[in-house]
Amino acid sequence: LSKMYHKEKSLQIKNSASALYNNLSVLRIAPRSLTYFTVVHANTVSIVSASWDGLNTSHRQLQSKEPNVATSNSLIMQAAWCVLPSRDLLVLTSQKGIQMYESDGSIMVYWHALDTPETATAQAVFARGIAAVRENYICVGEASGGILVFDIPSKGGNITLSEVLEEHKESITDMASECSGSQECIADMVSADDTGTLCVWKSGEEFQLLNKITGFDMSCSSVKLWKGTVVAGYGTGQIRLYEAVTGILHAEVNAHARWIYSLDIAPFSGLLLSAAEDSFVRVWHLTMTPESNTVEISHMYNECVTDTQICGAKFCDGDGYAFGVTGYDLSEIIRYTQS
Amino acid sequence: MSSRTLPLLFLGLGGEMLYILDQRLRAQSIPPDKARKVSSEADWIEKDRRRVMNDIITTMFNKKFLEELFKPQELYSKKALRTVFDRLAHASIMRLNQASMDKLYDLMTMACKYQVLLCPRPKDLLLVSFNHMDAIKDLVKEAPPILSQVDDTYRQLIEIYTPLSSGEFQLIRQTLLIFFQDMHIRVSIFLKDKVQNSNGRFVLPTSGPVPHGTQVPSLIRLFRCNGEESRRFQFQSGGTYSSALRPGSLEMFGDRVIKLGTNMYSVSRPVETHMSGTSKNSAQNTKVNTTPNPLAKEELNMLARLMGGLEGQKPGSADSGFRVNLFATDEEEEEALMSRPDELSYGVLNIQATKDQQSDATLSRIMGEFSEQDDPAPRACSKGDDLLAMMDMM
Repeated sequence: LSKMYHKEKSLQIKNSASALYNNLSVLRIAPRSLTYFTVVHANTVSIVSASWDGLNTSHRQLQSKEPNVATSNSLIMQAAWCVLPSRDLLVLTSQKGIQMYESDGSIMVYWHALDTPETATAQAVFARGIAAVRENYICVGEASGGILVFDIPSKGGNITLSEVLEEHKESITDMASECSGSQECIADMVSADDTGTLCVWKSGEEFQLLNKITGFDMSCSSVKLWKGTVVAGYGTGQIRLYEAVTGILHAEVNAHARWIYSLDIAPFSGLLLSAAEDSFVRVWHLTMTPESNTVEISHMYNECVTDTQICGAKFCDGDGYAFGVTGYDLSEIIRYTQS
Repeated sequence: MSSRTLPLLFLGLGGEMLYILDQRLRAQSIPPDKARKVSSEADWIEKDRRRVMNDIITTMFNKKFLEELFKPQELYSKKALRTVFDRLAHASIMRLNQASMDKLYDLMTMACKYQVLLCPRPKDLLLVSFNHMDAIKDLVKEAPPILSQVDDTYRQLIEIYTPLSSGEFQLIRQTLLIFFQDMHIRVSIFLKDKVQNSNGRFVLPTSGPVPHGTQVPSLIRLFRCNGEESRRFQFQSGGTYSSALRPGSLEMFGDRVIKLGTNMYSVSRPVETHMSGTSKNSAQNTKVNTTPNPLAKEELNMLARLMGGLEGQKPGSADSGFRVNLFATDEEEEEALMSRPDELSYGVLNIQATKDQQSDATLSRIMGEFSEQDDPAPRACSKGDDLLAMMDMM
């Protein structure tokens, strides 16, 4: 009985990972045989680049931007790479605003400040939820429920705010774009919020709301969109699969014993990765049957990261051959590869 | 992140402080090698313990202080919060040496970290606070003025926190986890109970009841387009979970169900800590603590507003006070002070910042208000000086 995955050598990071949703982002750079990993710790972001031969790693750290030194700390909520046809950008979302960097983190190309009130209010202010959509959009969610749509040129810093989508009434938790690569899918993006409400969008000069799936008063902390199917992970530990455009529920899985913190899909193989505070990372397989318009999910593999509340888990490649995991208070990125 | 975090953190740390002090005061009240002498002497010691607890609780639930505490605001740094608790711990005839205060704060913090981490649902943070509150209420049940302040606080907690969503509670929890990040001080009672590993990390069981609202992991259900279930099957979860317990009560009185936040100490379970073996991770601890000068000043302003409502230190020298030792002997306490690793120090508030504050309008006003509350005029100046002196000492 051989295990599907085995543990590889971990990547050490300078700071431990903070307990934030989706706290691991991976960028695979095939031409340079490198993979970048990014992890958030309070107000800093650690970027580790690892060569595929396992011989070289390098580190860089980015800080949240503070326009005014006298103000209080600006904690980072999320960091994620946005892959567009013309360029890759690293996006950081914090309590103060949104920073966009060239993919290696060397140059900041854009800064967008959030409206922060003079004195703190009961309603938190921050940006969270990042998605690269189609050819030229990067969408970022806000604590207010708004979604900022940025128009990204093929190069340079002339990034503009195209529109603000105001459909969600509660804090955005996560957003995802269609990752199958198929041009046939009608839905381009899905956004999720603290009540579990899911909005399905079509991109364009004006984004169009295709469908709104009402939540059941439980936060949806992580969401993916693949071949027109929304995969949503909730605070109850449940995973649900919906047909994006119609809202039809395909499947419901009592997947974890605690709050789900991260989901990821390997688009070429249909493998799904889920990770939660319960210390478990689980690998599932999604199958689409177009004839019967059904989606099925089957369980493939479990990995228990002892005494760790997992906060990030991402595949390192499109087939799901390898994945990385981060946990609260852990100063390493644990890696697993298929046996 | 969440502007609603401070009250829960304060009540958690305060609650733990009271458990620890109560246990130490009881332990110290009966000299081990002496039999009970004159009954009146033993009574006097018991009265002192109750007086110390009452004084601290009265200060903690001071109306003006709580008003400031419950305002929406970002969480304070560890340094700033330590300053508040130093003041609280000295709000009575009790005296603590530096080493004992350090140890007290270590224990308080690790206990709170444990509670936040192990909370089954983020919303259960409120139940943990209620466990602390219930214990505090029990300590002052014979003192009506303080009791009514405690009851007011219950009402405020219920009013502010019960409408919050699960996501908002998780944000509070995430904010707290950043506060406790990289702290791995080993606590003897946790090690003995096997809830903490020898590397200082807490044990996260993959067994036991699931949180209320969660199902035991195992079931996959597939549906047809018309909503009918087409198939269901099970998978191996790798854990041994059982169904959720009933939810705890969020009323003023009630069964809280969860045990996190209840008193884990007793006279037979002494309070001890180990400092060694955590240096690698604790060094990272201080990186988060470091704040540049301008930030320290902003925080001092917030602190002064908060502490403006606290009672001042009682007059008198260390001799007239009742010294409490968090260690078994005076020698051990002295030894702990000498050998405390630098990276575990709670930091020193920059002296330059404290001199600047003399000219700060906000601070002066508060210190002015503060002194007006006093009856004997000569003491007015010394209270302001006490505040500065305490900052300097940090």
